[in-house]
Amino acid sequence: MMQLTKSAPLALAIALLATTSAMAQQRTLNYYADYDPIPLAAMEALIADFEAENPDIDVVLQNFDHEGYKTAIRNFLTTDAPDVANWYAGNRMAPFVNSGQFMDVSDVWADNGLADSLGSALASMTIDGKQWGVPYTYYQWGIYYNKDVYAQVGAEVPTTYDEFVANCALFKAAGIDCLTTGTSALWPGAGIFDYMNLRTNGYDFHMALTNGEVEWTSQGVRDTFAQWARLVEPGYITANHAAIDWQDAAALMVQGKAANYVMGNFAVGVLKEGGMTDDTLGFMPFPTINPDVPRAEEAPTDTMHIPSGATNVEDAKTFLAFVARADVQTKLNAAIGQLPMNAGSSVGDDPFIQAGFELLSTTPGGIAQFFDRDAPAEMAKIGMEGFQEFMVIPGNLDDILARLEQARQRIYQ
Amino acid sequence: MAMTSTELRSRSWWRSNQQWLTPWLFLTPGLIMFALYVVWPIFESFRISFYNWDGLGEKRWLGWGNYVELFGDRAFKTSLRNNVIWLLLYMLAVPIGLGLAIFLNQTVRGIRIYKSLFFFPFVISQVVVGLMFSWFYAPNFGLLYNLIEWVTGKGIAILADPTLATYGIIAAGLWPQIAYCMILYLTGLNNVAPDQIEAARLDGAKGLKMLWFVILPQLRPATFIAVVVTVIGALRSFDLVSIMTNGGPFGSSRVLSYYMYEQALSEYGYRMGYGAAIAVVLFLIMMVFISGFIWKMMRDERGDR
Repeated sequence: MMQLTKSAPLALAIALLATTSAMAQQRTLNYYADYDPIPLAAMEALIADFEAENPDIDVVLQNFDHEGYKTAIRNFLTTDAPDVANWYAGNRMAPFVNSGQFMDVSDVWADNGLADSLGSALASMTIDGKQWGVPYTYYQWGIYYNKDVYAQVGAEVPTTYDEFVANCALFKAAGIDCLTTGTSALWPGAGIFDYMNLRTNGYDFHMALTNGEVEWTSQGVRDTFAQWARLVEPGYITANHAAIDWQDAAALMVQGKAANYVMGNFAVGVLKEGGMTDDTLGFMPFPTINPDVPRAEEAPTDTMHIPSGATNVEDAKTFLAFVARADVQTKLNAAIGQLPMNAGSSVGDDPFIQAGFELLSTTPGGIAQFFDRDAPAEMAKIGMEGFQEFMVIPGNLDDILARLEQARQRIYQ
Repeated sequence: MAMTSTELRSRSWWRSNQQWLTPWLFLTPGLIMFALYVVWPIFESFRISFYNWDGLGEKRWLGWGNYVELFGDRAFKTSLRNNVIWLLLYMLAVPIGLGLAIFLNQTVRGIRIYKSLFFFPFVISQVVVGLMFSWFYAPNFGLLYNLIEWVTGKGIAILADPTLATYGIIAAGLWPQIAYCMILYLTGLNNVAPDQIEAARLDGAKGLKMLWFVILPQLRPATFIAVVVTVIGALRSFDLVSIMTNGGPFGSSRVLSYYMYEQALSEYGYRMGYGAAIAVVLFLIMMVFISGFIWKMMRDERGDR
């Protein structure tokens, strides 16, 4: 027995040596990413497929903590750049594009006809007429709700915001939070703001606002907050949202202490792990506020980029072309429960993905990324703090808007 | 022949200068490190604070622009105010640490175990302290939250309340800081001269009088160190804020060091110049205290000789 335990590490070492010497023939492709467990497993499967097709390339995936990645990326782009890195579309990639940290991959788009197959993402991937990365997934936002709780208080699933607010009174009387959220990391509050704004003023107003073309003290913004106040002032939103994470808020919904949750489709995994099923978890588009405004939705796109400091550019481009392919995106997105970007891909059977596909493919108004991806980083931060403050102390609205307007004038000059 | 003469000359040069040269040679590695990692970054921060720079692209000269903006920045004022609150309340660690040290400075069976238990919070990482207190305060399942709910009927989520969040974090910070001050005083109490206590007791000194006139003067070195580490600990508070609230809700529990990090290095921060300006202000505040301490130490050393 003793003998065995002693020789086991030795055998392992020999095995490791053998594999490394076999790999010495291969070219290494370093890939930095920030996946949660479920997408990580899906991406590892994708990498295995890629390596099977390209036996001479060895993809080394370095996975970071999701929040930590967002601060780490600036360091590793300038000092120790990988060959491929995850990031986001829209204004969120602008700082890296403008400072020359991301490589122009227009040739990958041209050589593989991506302008057609990934056409819906073309605009959000283009800066100065060039493409700077490849999208591999996107997902819808909307309202996830607890069907049991709706049945318990006898509420109907609303289609207009007035009905939604009326339902809230029922939930409140039953001691249930009508709308839950956890704004400890700030961004979940921006999802609520975006939908209030998209439904009140529409897509063009959202883009103008995030591009700094509209004053924060304008009547349009005030109208948005006036609609939002109908939930905040009567206390329909989870009281201590500022101290909890979005996962904690998901727990409230699983436990039946909250009825509705404005979230992205990635929440479904967490809600189902908590014990909800297709029978108890429902999805609805955010209800109509102003019927004259064409319905617009939020669907953030996740992307891959080649840093300018990449050493293995050739294989990185092969990898991006692979990730952009229809069959690859079909398989990946079926596994992570999100929507493929490629028009030739098919959408998974999951009812929430199907609902999201239906929602987004019929959107007349336009598809926004998200407040913190459409607005520049600094404006996003100050704005999201303002949204959180409004949900805690709605009386500070004038003060908040004046502050945001001051920030807008400084940031967009 | 020529070689031996230079060798001889160099050896004699070494011999005659050995006395003053040797300490400098030993100091050189440390001095290089100190200059490279401490002194140079300080001046670099001063320089960057005059620019508008996102850390990646071109720098743009602003002059005093960043500092002018700081004066109108409400987030900066909140951070500064919170730093003052930290400084004041953190000083509680000194008297409470003293109290605990005196309480534990007795010979009872198993006193070492009690001492270690009281010292325990200082040994665990600040990150763990922060996590434990966030769970303690957490709405819905936190111990304190449920306790308050049980007593008053309505729970208070301390870290979600803009007026209470800072105090909640300071309470978490005090826990290890008190333990630290306690251990400083415990070692100090070991050195209190028993004959003086005996003499004081014969003269009829008791209780508070004994503490104030006999014990405390002998504990002055321990008090000095305790105050120094507490002041510096309060000013560089960062980890607890970062772990427990991220400066929230809506920035109400920020301190200067966290605001600097947010502006320069965090997810949404791309303003190296503005962050550097905050760092410079924090550095100047710290310098007031540090130079005070150094001045006192030098005066004491000179007084001893």
